[in-house]
Amino acid sequence: MEVPYILDVLVSVLLLIGLFFLLTGTFGLLRLKDVYTRMHATSKSTTFGVVGVVLASLLYLRYLGLSSGLKEFLIVIFLFLTAPVGAHMIARAAYRVGVSLWQGGVVDDFKKWLEANQS
Amino acid sequence: MITPFVSAIVLVGITLSILLSAYRALRGPTIPDRVVALDNIAINLVAAIIVVSIRAQSAIYIDVALVLAILSFLGTVAAAKYLLRGTVIDGSPLHTRRPG
Repeated sequence: MEVPYILDVLVSVLLLIGLFFLLTGTFGLLRLKDVYTRMHATSKSTTFGVVGVVLASLLYLRYLGLSSGLKEFLIVIFLFLTAPVGAHMIARAAYRVGVSLWQGGVVDDFKKWLEANQS
Repeated sequence: MITPFVSAIVLVGITLSILLSAYRALRGPTIPDRVVALDNIAINLVAAIIVVSIRAQSAIYIDVALVLAILSFLGTVAAAKYLLRGTVIDGSPLHTRRPG
């Protein structure tokens, strides 16, 4: 089916923005030093990557009349709600299990909090 | 019509991203590293399925992506609880032994 040229370009740009963010998150997952910084890279940038791709799909399918766009919005809302929650739970579990920070890390506020609340 | 061409490139890029994340999931020094990498793979799969929905011009794949996002979040939460308490469902003696 034919779509107008401006929509074609817009969908392509949104797809490429999404790919850029997804690859950035994976690059951070590979290159950063400990689990907390890796999580910081993936949970932020991959969420925005999926949002870019979902917006492209919303524009395209909505123009073609194939989808109302509500489920795409549901995916966006769900990801914005659950990505920070999941990252927070994994970071908390990793700290409690005893995964150490990178040697070059300079601040550890949770350790100070734990020491203050144990005594 | 550049969308089919660009979406093919994006699919290849997402596949590359999944492979690199799989390297971290296999190699990762600690278990939380693996959990984060698997979560990243699931998010990338959601994006890939949505790109496939654009290429196929079909809205059915959106449901698949939504269910995969929900399952990925559930898996992450279950792994976090398992690491924290040694069990997934609360109420076992391990939970009462180690609060927090």
